[in-house]
Amino acid sequence: MELVLSAGIGVFAAAGVWLMLRPRTFQVALGLSLLSYAVNLFIFAMGRLTVGAPPVLGAAPDVVSVDDPVTQALVLTALVIGFALTALFLVVLLAARGVTGCDHVDGREPHHAEPHPGNPHP
Amino acid sequence: MTPPVMGPTAASAWSDHVVVLPIVLPIAVAGAMFLLDERRHRLKAALSLATVLVMLGVALLLLGRAGDAPEVYRLGNWAAPYGIVLVADRLSAAMLALAAVLGLGALVFSFARWTRAGPRFQGLFLLLLMGVNGAFLTGDLFNLFVFFEVMLAASYGLVLHGSGETRIRAGLGYIAVNLVASLFFLVGVSLIYGTMGTLNMADLARRLAAPAAGELALFESGCAILGIAFLIKCSAWPLGFWLPTTYAAASAPAAAILAILSKVGVYVVVRLSLLLFGTGLSEGFGQTWILAAGLATIAYGTVGILAARDLARAGGYAVMISSGTVLAALGTGNGGALAGALYYLVGSTLAAGALFLLAEVLQRGRDPVEAAQPVFADEYRDPFDDAGATEVGRAIPAAVAILGLGFLLCTLMLAGVPPLAGFVGKLAMFTGLTAGAITASGWGLMAILTLSSLGTLMPLVRLGILNLWVPRDDPPPVLRPSEFAALAGLLAACLALALWGGPGLAYADATVRALAQPGDYVRAVLGAPAGGAP
Repeated sequence: MELVLSAGIGVFAAAGVWLMLRPRTFQVALGLSLLSYAVNLFIFAMGRLTVGAPPVLGAAPDVVSVDDPVTQALVLTALVIGFALTALFLVVLLAARGVTGCDHVDGREPHHAEPHPGNPHP
Repeated sequence: MTPPVMGPTAASAWSDHVVVLPIVLPIAVAGAMFLLDERRHRLKAALSLATVLVMLGVALLLLGRAGDAPEVYRLGNWAAPYGIVLVADRLSAAMLALAAVLGLGALVFSFARWTRAGPRFQGLFLLLLMGVNGAFLTGDLFNLFVFFEVMLAASYGLVLHGSGETRIRAGLGYIAVNLVASLFFLVGVSLIYGTMGTLNMADLARRLAAPAAGELALFESGCAILGIAFLIKCSAWPLGFWLPTTYAAASAPAAAILAILSKVGVYVVVRLSLLLFGTGLSEGFGQTWILAAGLATIAYGTVGILAARDLARAGGYAVMISSGTVLAALGTGNGGALAGALYYLVGSTLAAGALFLLAEVLQRGRDPVEAAQPVFADEYRDPFDDAGATEVGRAIPAAVAILGLGFLLCTLMLAGVPPLAGFVGKLAMFTGLTAGAITASGWGLMAILTLSSLGTLMPLVRLGILNLWVPRDDPPPVLRPSEFAALAGLLAACLALALWGGPGLAYADATVRALAQPGDYVRAVLGAPAGGAP
């Protein structure tokens, strides 16, 4: 389970970083979302991985068989904040698209844009 | 909203609750303000002004009664490592007062024009102040994250206030950089929680003082990642390239209040470095890096200000230099230097805020950033369209002379030239660094500070001549009463800092002495009697 989760976090983070370094604003927004998924999973994993353990004391008498509720609370807060700020980022992205007329992160197309095989919109 | 009465002495309850006021009051007023129609702008102005004035009063009250033992406020009266605590010590109180003074100046300035550019300026402004105050007061890393996010979310709105292509482009970069910084923040916080099992700062310090703490290397990596997040916020080199562009693009009152934002990053670095790494298992962790980042930031800021072609950009680089100065002084590990740097930080932040305001008044009409088409339907009026101005319409006479005097004061403060507080702060740093045997880092810091004084003075004098003395065809700058009041207030605060330099420096010394004794902080938070806990 640890291996699968860490691989998943790694793939999310790698894809997120790659997308964030792309020149189009929408790619940056997607990259930020993927990166925040990776971070949220990471926070969750920091409470140690358990299967079927309740996060509430009382159901189980000893602390070992209880999942850590703090990281769950943390990840919930981080999720909400991340969600809100991504929405805000999308609004600014649309405003930038409307004002500058292009979706490049610099607000203007580079002067000598060479067609790139990996980039459908040079 | 009021937590239960604390402790057995209900008589002293009122003044205990004052600590929470800088957080509760602005968010409550901001919430109410979003309900108000945009036509009620006089009421909004009065409400926001009253709120910031109360905040200033509370900050001065806390400043006056800040003693050796930090004042701890337990929300809901839950015991410390489990509940949420607010801690007001000398450093927090001083930063609260700085935020309130700067906020008052920026808010009063905005009444002249900028509140007309959008209906939500004052609400966002109060939310930003709430986040800043919370970050200064909290004793818990995760609440620090939440307050940071409140502050940043409000700052995104303020950077975009007035709209226009330059602001939107700068805002896009600013938001992206800060979202990434927040992710670093979360990774750092969760690593610290995963290794230490607590996020309460005092509890962390206590566990680090124990002889054996597990997974120290992982904990230190968590702290390093957290440090990257804060260094991005305080725009340390090479993480701070976003700052000058963003601050130059933002409207003047927004830029002035954003000057406190980078200082929040500085505050957290100072607080956590001295609390967690002052003594104990990880003593001196990251100090060399902070020193290097600080020196590089001063150098980069100086080169940038030399190359700056307009005043707002120069102000952005001045903000970087003042952040770098505190980081470098912290990195030398010299208490006297840090005390001087904290004193310098207060003065230079006020002066940088005043410079942003001056820049707008002086460059109004020539600044390409100002004229903007509204993006949203309710951005109904151009702030520079004076035709429909309802408030006091008279301009202050002899505006150029007053602006010239203000500019002179700003320049002297930022460059650290006698007789103002900038010089007093730098002199105190030099005194601290030369007190004992002078280390290599001490020599390096003194050399770079001297060079940066020169490098700040030259471009500011050049920009001043260009904006004030060079004859022009366009009409002379118009100074409105509220703009004058804001500038005069900020510069009077700078002057007051110089006049009461002795008590100011003594306060800074006491602050650093208390920070060097993290045991007192830990005892105050964790060992305080539980009072009437449920």
